[in-house]
Amino acid sequence: MRAAFVRTLVELAERDPRILLLTADLGYMALEPFSDKFPDRFFNVGVAEQNMVGLATGLAEAGFIPFVYSIVTFAALRSYEFIRNGPILHQYPVRIVGIGGGLEYGHNGASHHGLEDIGVMRVQPGITVIAPADYRQTRTALLASWDLPGPIYYRLGKDDKTTVPGLGGDFKLGHAQIVREGADLLIVAMGSITSEAVAAADALASQGVSCTVMVIASLNPPPVNDLVDVLTRFRLALTVEAHYLVGGVGSLVSEVVAEHGLRCRIVRCGVKTTPHGICGGQAFLHEMHGVSRQALVEAALKGLHGEPPRTPPDGEDPNT
Amino acid sequence: MRDTSLEVKMGEEKNVSSRNIRRIILDQSKRANVGHIGCALSIADIIAALYANILHIPDPNHPDRDRFILSKGHAALAVYAALRLKGWLSEECLNTYCGDGSLLGVHPEHALKGVDFSTGSLGHGLSYGAGAALAARLQRSSRRVFVLVSDAECNEGSLWEAVMFAAHHRLSNLICIVDLNGQQALGYTDQVLNLSPMAERWKAFGWDVHEVNGQNTLEIVETIARLDITFGLPHVLIAHTVFGKGVSFMENQIKWHYWPMSDEEYQQALNEVEAML
Repeated sequence: MRAAFVRTLVELAERDPRILLLTADLGYMALEPFSDKFPDRFFNVGVAEQNMVGLATGLAEAGFIPFVYSIVTFAALRSYEFIRNGPILHQYPVRIVGIGGGLEYGHNGASHHGLEDIGVMRVQPGITVIAPADYRQTRTALLASWDLPGPIYYRLGKDDKTTVPGLGGDFKLGHAQIVREGADLLIVAMGSITSEAVAAADALASQGVSCTVMVIASLNPPPVNDLVDVLTRFRLALTVEAHYLVGGVGSLVSEVVAEHGLRCRIVRCGVKTTPHGICGGQAFLHEMHGVSRQALVEAALKGLHGEPPRTPPDGEDPNT
Repeated sequence: MRDTSLEVKMGEEKNVSSRNIRRIILDQSKRANVGHIGCALSIADIIAALYANILHIPDPNHPDRDRFILSKGHAALAVYAALRLKGWLSEECLNTYCGDGSLLGVHPEHALKGVDFSTGSLGHGLSYGAGAALAARLQRSSRRVFVLVSDAECNEGSLWEAVMFAAHHRLSNLICIVDLNGQQALGYTDQVLNLSPMAERWKAFGWDVHEVNGQNTLEIVETIARLDITFGLPHVLIAHTVFGKGVSFMENQIKWHYWPMSDEEYQQALNEVEAML
């Protein structure tokens, strides 16, 4: 997604001189297509994320569209109050780009794991929040959003090869994408772990469980209508994210279910605990935190055949 | 290079005076029964110098106006006073200060015409200012950016991030003013977190440093008029001020960071301010 983002940004910058790129000293072997082409519009501000967002606020007030770039935790968390008081409260078009959402920085450890960025951004009504599922959707999402008037947070992955089958790079702000249809279970996924969710759906299909898989890349504005439409058709939905359980896509889906009085049980698959200092690669960590494809399959089967959901109060089963 | 000759003509805008700013600070603080009086009084002369003689603002919405950021947002009443005296803020609007539904809170919001950036959380303003100064350079504009910070604000690490950036990029169109009044919310700055010698610290970070009497508008105006904003280092005025300046019982007193005035205190304060030269 990172390479797709930079390539697309270069194209946009060729067309629009307002675009600037700032980095807090990250992006080696990634940002060069931009910095080589636009050396006067590229600023390595040093290891100073708060100042980077403050600078971007000052630049945006004068009419620029600054993109600020760092690893998810530093981009979203270190500078959070600057994002809130600057671009959000002023409603300036600053773009915060966080790289390596979830557990993508595996061996680098907990300081580099972006597990609460969507949560902290989603609580702010004044910022668009986008988490593409693959590199093709990254490009489409950037093209669809780069010149919005207010601020945007992009949570990007590092994988520029994997694509989500059936997604075709589709993106529409305020909408979700359904990448496969099935009748037994709904899976709702966010971010680069979506490809694991689709793999889990494949595995479930081989066991006779057919799944609908929905991708949510537009976290804010949330795809409420799309969610209501699909949630009314299912008795059980599995949400999948490389994010803490609170605040991410599982929370979003639960909010929609609660506010619309839907009779769909939600099983949230995400990171439930802090990692206790245990190191490992992304696949290992997905397994450890219960979001690997096998763990998703087990969670789905348990949800479907394990403890039965509570009977709705009026005694009617909406799915019969 | 900008013609600075006009900017040293004192009294061009007689109405925007230190005394009138102080009078409004006292009137509005009393009417609204709020504090933050001492920190507004300490910058009254700096604000008078800026708005009467330094800031080039044909109109508060003019895209190429000088920018001013009150990074120590808790002293916003001094800026509201200047906006009123410039005629950009109505008396009716000023009289809503700290009222329900008002645009004029203790800390300034950019929704108010004349406020370039919202502030209130310390340590943000100089980053905004460095970005604004960089924007002016990229747009080949001669506009300048002024940022007024408090001395206690220099406790914030983020401020020094902006200090380093501005020096590295030689943002000579950026002028920071440090209101060195020696006080912060819970004590005196040298007892809470000692940052002296302040001027040496800014010099060490690569800024062009000028120590001034922050209660002398002429000295402030003349110092700024001599700055080369077209080339070189970013500039900082270490403005030696007195917390609560002009009201004897407030000067250098910690409680007047937050305290509102009684009727008697208000009358005495007003009498003393009226008697100032």
